[in-house]
Amino acid sequence: MSSVAYKQADYKSDVKPIWCPGCGDYHVLMSFGRAFAQLGLPPEQIAVISGIGCSSRIPAYTNCYGFHGVHGRSLALAAGLKVTRPDLTVVVASGDGDGYSIGGNHFLHACRRNIDMTYVVMDNHIYGMTKGQPSPTTEPEFDTALSPGGTRVRPFHPLVVALASGANFIARCFSGDPNQTADVLAEAIKHPGFSFIEILSPCVTFRPDEKAWKEQVHPAPVTETSDQGKAARRLMTDDGFNIGILYRGTRTPYQPAAGATNIDLSELEKDFEL
Amino acid sequence: MSKTAGAPKVANLNDLLAVAYQIEIDAVDRYKLLADQMETHNNPDLVKIFRDLARAEGIHGEEIRRMAGDFDVAARAREIAKFEKSESPEEADLGSAHYMMTPWHALQLSLAGEERALAYFTSIVENTKDPKVKTLAAELVEEEAEHVQLVHRLLQRYPKPSKNWADDLDPPVSQE
Amino acid sequence: MAASRSISIAIIGSGGAGALTTVDSLLETAAAAGWHGLFTRTLGPQIRGGEAAGLLRLAVDPVESLPDRFDLMIGIDWLNAHRFGAEIKAGNQTLVISDPRGGDLPPMVTQSGARVVEIAMKEMAKAIPDGRPNMIALGIAGRLLGFTVEQAFAPIAKRLADKGPAAIEASLAGIKVGFGAAAGIDFGVQLAAPKPSKVRRWLLSGNEATALGAIRGGIRFAAAYPITPATEILEWLAPNLTKVGGTLLQAEDELAAINMIIGASYGGTPALTATSGPGLSLMIEALGLATSAEIPIVVVDVMRGGPSTGIPTKSEQGDLNIAIYGMHGDAPHLVLAPQSVGDCVFTTQWATYLAEALQAPAIILSDQFMGQSRAAIERPADVAFIGARSIASEISGPYMRHAMTANGVSPMAIPGTRGGQYTADGLTHSERATPTSGAADHLAQLDKRRDKLDRFNFGDHWASVEGAGDLAVITWGSLTGAAREAVALAAADGIDARMVAPRLLAPVLPERMAAALAGVKRILVVEQTHGGQFNKFLRAHYDLPAPVRAFNRPGPLPITAGEIHRAIAVWR
Repeated sequence: MSSVAYKQADYKSDVKPIWCPGCGDYHVLMSFGRAFAQLGLPPEQIAVISGIGCSSRIPAYTNCYGFHGVHGRSLALAAGLKVTRPDLTVVVASGDGDGYSIGGNHFLHACRRNIDMTYVVMDNHIYGMTKGQPSPTTEPEFDTALSPGGTRVRPFHPLVVALASGANFIARCFSGDPNQTADVLAEAIKHPGFSFIEILSPCVTFRPDEKAWKEQVHPAPVTETSDQGKAARRLMTDDGFNIGILYRGTRTPYQPAAGATNIDLSELEKDFEL
Repeated sequence: MSKTAGAPKVANLNDLLAVAYQIEIDAVDRYKLLADQMETHNNPDLVKIFRDLARAEGIHGEEIRRMAGDFDVAARAREIAKFEKSESPEEADLGSAHYMMTPWHALQLSLAGEERALAYFTSIVENTKDPKVKTLAAELVEEEAEHVQLVHRLLQRYPKPSKNWADDLDPPVSQE
Repeated sequence: MAASRSISIAIIGSGGAGALTTVDSLLETAAAAGWHGLFTRTLGPQIRGGEAAGLLRLAVDPVESLPDRFDLMIGIDWLNAHRFGAEIKAGNQTLVISDPRGGDLPPMVTQSGARVVEIAMKEMAKAIPDGRPNMIALGIAGRLLGFTVEQAFAPIAKRLADKGPAAIEASLAGIKVGFGAAAGIDFGVQLAAPKPSKVRRWLLSGNEATALGAIRGGIRFAAAYPITPATEILEWLAPNLTKVGGTLLQAEDELAAINMIIGASYGGTPALTATSGPGLSLMIEALGLATSAEIPIVVVDVMRGGPSTGIPTKSEQGDLNIAIYGMHGDAPHLVLAPQSVGDCVFTTQWATYLAEALQAPAIILSDQFMGQSRAAIERPADVAFIGARSIASEISGPYMRHAMTANGVSPMAIPGTRGGQYTADGLTHSERATPTSGAADHLAQLDKRRDKLDRFNFGDHWASVEGAGDLAVITWGSLTGAAREAVALAAADGIDARMVAPRLLAPVLPERMAAALAGVKRILVVEQTHGGQFNKFLRAHYDLPAPVRAFNRPGPLPITAGEIHRAIAVWR
């Protein structure tokens, strides 16, 4: 790591966000900068990979390398990048739609693979960018144009899925507490393997009711664990607003198979020689 | 829970100056961010108000730096000025911004920030054992109290908006 | 003051000014008074509070395209309005109403020679409790267009019905002030009287029209994954399908959506989904499955700027290639394209009918311009195209799902029908639907799937063929309206042109096209693409009997009738 002291502002580009004033993602952007500064990471050593949706606009608002990919496939992009460039710090940014719906399948396999990266999902319990359809984490009784009267479908539990699929670090944060979010993000980045943070980030335009989240979030009543069984039992009483690091696992991060280096090509050609 | 829970430990006069300085520049950054948001979202009246507030806070910050003389308040602030449970007291609440917000709303945000700062410095006055710290903290309390009064006076100029202030007949736009 | 057949108005504002609602309201007022109209919009990149311009064209006859110049422009404010410069053109006949406190006039106004009249809308609004500048603007526009206060106010009263009497009073007061402020202004243009009509008037968007056409055609299941600019189709279907006994299911992504509708259709329910370019790309593999297994489905692609994520809020015609050629292997299927907001009803209904009749997927290429514009039109006539799938019932003996028949369509057994059990497959199969790799079966089934389309009599709806001149304008989709208007403008200049706009893009109909182009000496191909996809498609599949000129330009700017007219005029 560099000996230069970085400030939060060093990680912010001059592109003005299109996020509505009041959006939780402004705080998340701050948390990114604070966490990166805490870790002293040169901006050019960080890659922020995203999909499609309001949250996924974040790469351009940072001063790091970024990739605004197609919908739901950010984890796949990130996997290809990190495996070939283990020297980079890879942070994947998504939303509850991009990450848990179209991206749901990739989420499972990213947890399984346990490639060293940090996955941040800004969850606002709604599809914001396409104007207010239910997401997998939307409450079943929440009325929308596409689901009159509510979806009546049980919401997705991302922390449970992450734990069951093998994620090596699992946490939940609240955008309205950017200092704590920054601290957790720094921990997640430092922790080897696939780190997953769900950040509750209210949508001021389509979920004004989420202003109440400020009062509903609370510190998780227990300290973090590295015991999967304990973590699983805690999740059974998770009310969706427990804030903090839930689980810190001990899996070895994914490494591609090591091969011998510098074999002469003539060695390979021996296969064909008569 | 107290508004100042998790506030940085102020051990001596220089520490207090550092924290007070950080509070001001955090407020400047926050008002600048809000001004930018208002500019992107075509609310020019609020752009001016937030830039004015940023300028005012910047002046306070400068005063504190002068008070500190040779001591590097900025460096010390980076070391100790972390507010754990909440943000820097005077930082306006980003979650309360709205693209159609009115001057009245901006002043309410500012007022809340000034009151938080006032409470913070008051708690230092009440709890510190260091007489120098107590004196400076008391000065800062007076200063913040003046700011609070100023905001109240400004609020007299702006009526509370009607309940329809946020009505935008046009629907949101899906950009993707 | 001479009466004009059409008038165009643009109202511009930002930061929650409500410019779009104002224009939408004017459309409704005009429609109620008997005129036709088309309302489109252009926007900044913000989700809320952005700069916005509502564009409205009113006319005596149906309106299907935007004007080259606007007659009236009202700037509630001009913040970032320079962004719209290329799209909203003023000329020296244009009247511009500007708020002196609304920011600097943008170059598109100052460089146009337009007459500028200042009206302090913001100040006037402040004088009214809860007053809004856009209501002043509405009053000004209403007065200049020749409406009464009541006419201008009626749509607003409806929109504000649940906001309480104070909001309603404030709006009415604003409109009255606007009327007063416009009193002394000589607009110089007046819309000719509307034609009396016995047919009911409708106000709807292309997306809503598409959804209605689907239900009219028999669709009773939809799978939904939202994407701009198609989401409104699905959101209209959500409650309305239920009302007719159908179901809509939200899918986790487009891969799920396309497979869900294949499953529903396999079970006997006509099924549809709607998406845009990126979604269609994802659906291609499953479209191939539906083609091979002969399962009818309808996929609406509301085209937007491409490639990749592209320009989601703007129109373009660049998905033609993938709609026609996207599937791997030889997979003939149906591709159709509506030609206007109103035609979205007919084309979707007809596509559903054809898909069911031919047991094949139908891709409908709509676009953002039609999908998200609102038009005042006459109620589209009821037509007799309702999906009627050939169903196998009373099955005795081994069931041949893919039997070779005279017309190529083999009756389909719906699950639950005794004796009709079969496994639908994407694997190459025999008449019995069982997998095979044999040459004869493969060839036979390829022939069957091609011939069933080629042998079908599509009737006169395959294209709009209008006029008899020796210069033919060939175009498709949303450009049809502009081309039609261009041909009329050319006729007024003494140039005799004709227009051919296919509604059915696949399968191709060489004999019908040859008849449509009989006697043509020059062919102008007009399309909104960068790569000339339509031109190349025509050359690949049709004999074009005369020299061809290409007029193609990608989005985001629409191609206007004036531009097409000029292209016709210079080619003697």
